[in-house]
Amino acid sequence: MNLTISLTINGEPRSIDLDDPRVTLLDLLRERLHLTGTKKGCDRGQCGACTILVDGQRINSCLALAVSHDGADIRTIEGLAENGQLHPVQEAFIAHDGFQCGYCTPGQIMSAVGLIAEGHAGDDPERVRELMSGNLCRCGAYRGITEAVLEAEAKLSERDRSAAA
Amino acid sequence: MNRFDYIRPKNVAEAVAAASEPGSAYLAAGTNLLDLMKGGVSRPERLVDVTHLPGLDRIETLADGAMRIGALVKNSELAYDEAFSARFPAVAEALLSGASAQLRNAATVGGNLLQRTRCAYFYDTASACNKRAPGSGCDAIGGENHGHAVLGWSEHCIATHPSDFCVPLTALGAIVKIEGKDGRRDVPITDFYLLPGDTPDRENVLSPGEMIVGVRLPAEAAGFAANQRYLKVRERTSYAFAVVSAAAALRIEDGTIAEARLALGGVAARPWRAIEAEAALAGAPASRASFEKAAEAAFADARPSGDNAYKIALGKRIVTRALAMAASGTPEVMPALPASPFAPLSEGVIHV
Ligand SMILES: Cc1cc2nc3c(=O)[nH]c(=O)nc-3n(C[C@H](O)[C@H](O)[C@H](O)COP(=O)(O)OP(=O)(O)OC[C@H]3O[C@@H](n4cnc5c(N)ncnc54)[C@H](O)[C@@H]3O)c2cc1C
Ligand code: SF4
Ligand code: FES
Ligand code: FES
Repeated sequence: MNLTISLTINGEPRSIDLDDPRVTLLDLLRERLHLTGTKKGCDRGQCGACTILVDGQRINSCLALAVSHDGADIRTIEGLAENGQLHPVQEAFIAHDGFQCGYCTPGQIMSAVGLIAEGHAGDDPERVRELMSGNLCRCGAYRGITEAVLEAEAKLSERDRSAAA
Repeated sequence: MNRFDYIRPKNVAEAVAAASEPGSAYLAAGTNLLDLMKGGVSRPERLVDVTHLPGLDRIETLADGAMRIGALVKNSELAYDEAFSARFPAVAEALLSGASAQLRNAATVGGNLLQRTRCAYFYDTASACNKRAPGSGCDAIGGENHGHAVLGWSEHCIATHPSDFCVPLTALGAIVKIEGKDGRRDVPITDFYLLPGDTPDRENVLSPGEMIVGVRLPAEAAGFAANQRYLKVRERTSYAFAVVSAAAALRIEDGTIAEARLALGGVAARPWRAIEAEAALAGAPASRASFEKAAEAAFADARPSGDNAYKIALGKRIVTRALAMAASGTPEVMPALPASPFAPLSEGVIHV
C-alpha cells in the first residue's frame, strides 16, 4: 500500500510517501526525515522523550501513526530556535541546569513549550511539576527542570504582556 | 506490529460499513491501540481511522442543560472546557488525574471509554489470558494480582477497567451514544460494560462495527455540581493508573443528603456504581458516620481475588474521604494535584 501524506514540519510543507501505514510520527521523524532531536525512550507512551507539538499541542509521537496525521503542523526541537537565537525555554534549561545526560531534554523542552502555551500552570511549581509529569528524567534533573519552566513561563508571559501593551 | 490495511472513511456510515468487516478495529488517537499492537496483543487486519470524521469533535450544551460530547473530543479539551467543568467538576478532575498532559491532548472520549485493562498477563502474549485468548486460562489467578478486582470478578478473569473518566461518568448516569449498521442507540454507561463471567473477551455491549459517537450527561446530573469530587490512589503522585478511586456526588439540603451518587474505579471489570451505598446515604446527615456506613455498603460484596484484600480496606477509606470532600464543597479552582490524596484537604475534612 502506498500512502502519500502532507505535513508541515518546522514551518516547511512536505509531501511524504509512506510505504507502510505502521510508521509512527516518531519513526518518521527520526528514521526517514533524519530529525533525530526527538528521542525514543520507551516507544510506549510512558516516558515523554518523544514529545513534539502537533497543531500546537504536545503529544507523544511514539503512539501516533503518521498516516493518521495527514495535514498536521508539526514542531520538533529542531524548529524552536529562530535565526540562531535559542527559544526562551531552551535558554532557561541551560541557565538552570535542567538536564544531565540530556537524553530526555528535547522531550522536556517541547513539553514545557506546550505547557506554557496551555496556560494552566502559571507560576505555581506544584502545577508545573504535575503538568510535566509525563516527562521522566532518569538523571533526576527535576529541580532544574521545574525552575527552568517557571522562569521561561515568566519571561514569555512578560513578553506577551508587553506585546499587548 | 502486524501489517494492516488503513482506511480513512469520510463519514460515520462509511466508518461503520468498513468496521463491520471481520478483523477491523477503529483507530482514534491510538494511545492504547498502538501500544497493544506493538506488543502483539491486538492484531487487527484493518484500521478504520475515525479521527478525520466530521461533526464528532463538539462539546454542546442542550436546551434542557444536558451536555453532549462528541467521541473525538480530546480528554484535555473536555477537562478544560469551562461550561463543562462548571457542571461536572468531578469529571474534569478525573480526566486531569489520568495519564499525562501529552496523552490527554491526544486521547479521545471514545478511546478512553474503550481502553483495555492494564492486567500485565493480558499484555504478555506468552501468558495464559482468557480475555486475549479465550479458553487459554488466567495467569493472573494465583499470579501477581495485587492490582486486580475485588468486585464482580469470576474464576475466568479478575481484571479491572483502568479508566478514570468513566468513574464519575458512571456516578452521574452518563449515556453512551452508539451508531451501527442498524442505526443509532443510547445505552446508559451502567449497562454498557459487561462483567467477565465466562466470556471475559466480551467487555461491552457493542456489536461488531458499532461505534461510539458521543456521550451525554443528563441535565439532572448537573444538580450535583456544588458537591462532587474524584479521589484516586496511585503508586506514585502522578502519571499512574488508579489502585482504587472513587467519584462522589451529593445533593445536600440543610445538612441532610437529599441524593447521593457514588462510583468506584480500579476494583472491577467495569466502573462500579455503588447503588447500595447511595441508598444508605439518601436522607442521612452529611456526617462522617454516614460516610463510613456508605463505605461499608459499597464493599459489602467485595472479595479478594488474590493478594488484594488491602483494596477492600483502602477502598472503604477512599469512599469515606471522597464523600467527606464532596460534602465540604467542590473547590473553586481545580487542585494543583487533581484527585490526589496528597492535595491539601479543605477545612473540616479529616484524614481517614
Ligand atoms: C503511559 C500511559 C498512562 C495512562 N494512564 C492513564 C490513567 O492514569 N488513567 C486513564 O484513565 N487512562 C490512562 N491511560 C490510557 C488512556 O486514557 C487511553 O490510552 C486513551 O484514553 C485512549 O484513547 P485513544 O483515543 O488513544 O484510543 P485508541 O487507542 O485509538 O483506541 C482505544 C480503543 O477504543 C476503540 N475506539 C476508539 N474510538 C472508538 C469509537 N469512537 N468507537 C468505537 N471504538 C473506538 C479502539 O478500537 C481501541 O480498541 C494511559 C495510557 C498510557 C499509554
Ligand atoms: S485477569 Fe483477565 S485479563 Fe488478566 S490474565 Fe486473567 S483473563 Fe487475562
Ligand atoms: S518514547 Fe514516546 S513516551 Fe517514551
Ligand atoms: S537529563 Fe538524563 S534523563 Fe533527563
